[in-house]
Amino acid sequence: MTELLSAKNLTVFRGERCLFHNLSFALNAGESLLIQGANGSGKTTLLRAVAGLLDLEEGEIRWRGFSTLAHRQAFHGEIAWFAHSVGFKSDLTLLENLRFESGLRSTSMGRLSAVLDKLGLTSLTQLPFRALSAGQQRRVGLARMLLANAQLWLMDEPLTNLDTAGQDLVVNLITEHLQGGGACMLASHQAVGLNSDMQRIVLQ
Amino acid sequence: MTEPANPTLWQGFAAVVKRDLLLAYKRPGDMLNPLFFFAMVSTLFPLAIGPAGDQLKLLGPGVVWVAALLSVLLSLNSMYLSDLEDGSLDQLILSPQPLPLIALGKTVAHWLVSGFPLVLVSPLIAITYQMPTETIGVMVVTLTLGTISLSLLGSVGAALTVGLSRGNALLSLLVLPLAMPVLIFGARTVALAAADDAVSAGVYFLAAYCMLALSFAPFAAAAALKISNE
Repeated sequence: MTELLSAKNLTVFRGERCLFHNLSFALNAGESLLIQGANGSGKTTLLRAVAGLLDLEEGEIRWRGFSTLAHRQAFHGEIAWFAHSVGFKSDLTLLENLRFESGLRSTSMGRLSAVLDKLGLTSLTQLPFRALSAGQQRRVGLARMLLANAQLWLMDEPLTNLDTAGQDLVVNLITEHLQGGGACMLASHQAVGLNSDMQRIVLQ
Repeated sequence: MTEPANPTLWQGFAAVVKRDLLLAYKRPGDMLNPLFFFAMVSTLFPLAIGPAGDQLKLLGPGVVWVAALLSVLLSLNSMYLSDLEDGSLDQLILSPQPLPLIALGKTVAHWLVSGFPLVLVSPLIAITYQMPTETIGVMVVTLTLGTISLSLLGSVGAALTVGLSRGNALLSLLVLPLAMPVLIFGARTVALAAADDAVSAGVYFLAAYCMLALSFAPFAAAAALKISNE
């Protein structure tokens, strides 16, 4: 097993409050990690800290053995971020939004029609993003993850706003991603219906 | 299947500029507001002061420059705001492109949308102040250099204040002191041109200031964006 991500002694403060202290974990290829905890326990903060959106008070995160701080761009080329606000422009169409991504990171736009088909978005490509329902908007976020050639998926509450079919889809996509040698870090207060051998972190 | 490589820096830069221009095109109001402000302020002055030619010639450069500065300030606040609100900023920061490059792309788009139209309209305004043709030429050159500098300086201020709820006043306070040299040299150079004096020194200063801003502002804006987005 190749170790992809390792975190040592992470400490993060939000204002005066210490959200977690001396947290360590490691993630191999094909493994997933579920962060659980009540609202406000720091699930999102931990994900943001791993992604590099937030500075750590202490500790170090390594990706393939290299510090993510020192090799920021190489690390960012291999992660895909899926959060509560999906990060698309509401005035642009679905297609314009996804095309923009291909200028920023490596994407397989050749797979576009297959991916859109899989997510049930084919008929919506020319609509402005604002016209889509909340669940459909989440699905476009999933499309971005599938098009990006990312090894590590960082997902914050991936199941919100999705119908049962959509939730099953997320679970299947994650399972496929793991089988393909990827890794996945999820924050969720719901029980994600993945197989039970995923690692867990419970934040107090 | 060969994995596609990461896009080049140029592709990333072009994608950001293109996206922001497309957004401005879909929301023309955001783009026209500062332009209307500029046109209104600078055309109302001659009406209020009266048609005396000498007076207008004296006031013209100053009024045009103040109106330009204020109208650029007016458009700064929205530079990163929507990106923060819809989560695009996270995606931009997490992209494998260097953040200063993305900030520069956004600044270029901002200038094309707010500064450049202003430069295009300014000759029409200058006619209402009875400026001679040579002076208009100098004004267009100085306004071009000046608005580029203002967009660059403004991008740093906008990045610093983007997370704040009442950032607009603070933004003006941050940007105005840095913009003072641009205003003074810009307006003064046009006034010198109107008096048939040598203008090259002022133009050189504005060009140098613009280059200085170009080399520092993207990096400062990138650092500020990271802090604002935490």
